[in-house]
Amino acid sequence: MNAHHIVKDMEAQTKPLVRAAGVNKVFGAQPGGVVALKDIDLEIRPGEFVCLLGPSGCGKSTLLNAIAGFSLPTSGTLEVSGQPVTAPGPDRGMVFQEYALFPWMTVEANIAFGLDIRGTGKEEKARIVDDLLDMLGLKEFRHRFPKDLSGGMRQRVAIARVLALDPPIMLMDEPFGALDALTRRSLQDELLRIWRSVGKTIVFVTHSIEEAVYLGSRVVILTYRPGTIKRDVTIDLPYPRDSNSPEFNAIKKDLASLVHAEHDRFALDERKGLTLD
Amino acid sequence: MARTLFRNLAVPVVILVLWQLLSQSGFIKPVILPSPLAILERLWTYLLPAQTFAESAGFSDWIWSSELLSDLVASMRRVLLGFAVGAGLALPLGLLMGTDRRFEAYLNPVVQFLRPIPPIAYIPLAILWFGLGDPPAIFLISIGAFFPVLINTITGVRNVDSIYVRAATNLGADRMTMFRRVILPAATPYVLTGMRIGIGTAFIVVIVAEMIAVNSGLGYRILEAREYMWSDKVIAGMIAIGLLGLAIDVGVNRVNNHLLRWHRGIES
Repeated sequence: MNAHHIVKDMEAQTKPLVRAAGVNKVFGAQPGGVVALKDIDLEIRPGEFVCLLGPSGCGKSTLLNAIAGFSLPTSGTLEVSGQPVTAPGPDRGMVFQEYALFPWMTVEANIAFGLDIRGTGKEEKARIVDDLLDMLGLKEFRHRFPKDLSGGMRQRVAIARVLALDPPIMLMDEPFGALDALTRRSLQDELLRIWRSVGKTIVFVTHSIEEAVYLGSRVVILTYRPGTIKRDVTIDLPYPRDSNSPEFNAIKKDLASLVHAEHDRFALDERKGLTLD
Repeated sequence: MARTLFRNLAVPVVILVLWQLLSQSGFIKPVILPSPLAILERLWTYLLPAQTFAESAGFSDWIWSSELLSDLVASMRRVLLGFAVGAGLALPLGLLMGTDRRFEAYLNPVVQFLRPIPPIAYIPLAILWFGLGDPPAIFLISIGAFFPVLINTITGVRNVDSIYVRAATNLGADRMTMFRRVILPAATPYVLTGMRIGIGTAFIVVIVAEMIAVNSGLGYRILEAREYMWSDKVIAGMIAIGLLGLAIDVGVNRVNNHLLRWHRGIES
């Protein structure tokens, strides 16, 4: 291998998977609409676990939905794998807070749904589904319907449904927000395990500072309306992280002051009845 | 348990005993209101095969010589045929109107205008168009089944939670997959509710249709009995109608529960 090749490889390594440049998003008639995102510049490289953190109304979900292709930016450049985002696609698997499992399908059928669409062969499909059921501890539940599962189990199925298509990027919109603290922690640990074993890039929206510091290799804090990037922090703590360690709490405290300032602005608007979600 | 059973049975038993006593004492004329025992007896003879069992004719001939059974089958056949036509037209139309706003804009005024006209009001037209016999009966029944299925299907498609559509789009679903595997199953609870109402309406209309257009079936039979002043048979026929209606509803409910076993709020 000569030097030329090595340089090429390094370029591929550092080439951003997601690239936002000057992204704006305005809801409603412009001018006069609500500016949800303003001049967002963000590069996410392969293998990163990026947490988008901020109070309600800071545009973190808007940014995620833009990357997902559900709601395109009003202006600016938004690229995934070097291609402009124009529509939703299975290369950016989305995990929703409300699970969004298809209630008329069994666990197994939910996981296989994307593979059915892709036209994956029967045997390979069975193998992928089996592996995922195994990986997420869903084996005994494969023939159940979502209504018979707990919230944590449902979110496991939703994660498996996305992983089935082996997307380079996983987008997660406050996925553990509706879960109790214990279930939440065990799913966080499971997600970290998956992230490190399958080498996905994850963009994770949360309003919990603790969750962001526990999970993210990088935390991006957004400001409240208009949504801009307030701080972009790399979290160097090794995994698994100890949420009681002084280092962890120091980072948490540092980020908390930034987030709380934004939350106060949100709370002020809320009292004036200006928040519209 | 025993107490509930007692409470449930007390009132019907008192009514039946009083009724029997009033009739027996001659206080009420049998032609106005026959006694419960007379009605029960009449229901039994209505059910019994008319022919004596003959080896040569075979078992099925013997069974079907029962007037009640052949009436039940005749009415049931009309309900199913009329329902199949009405629901068969309403379902695709409803799916189209639910998914395509433009299509709905064209058709909705006509639907809203025709919907409040009770199927019974079509009787004169039905006879003018189709004469007598099964065709006008099926026509009327299908109108009865059509609108509930149509309206509920439209509502069902409209109310599909957008989160499912988003999730399916994200997983790469094209229009056909979206329709077949997301919109259709998500709308099923509404569609089945429409079908249940539709078959109930069909059952009401079949009795009326049989009173005017045909000479078989339960509706025809009780009107015929009135002409002979057989009030016991009229009431026996009404009981049969009630039981058939109940059986249909229980059957439809069973099918619905099976199809909706994934649905929240439905047990077993």
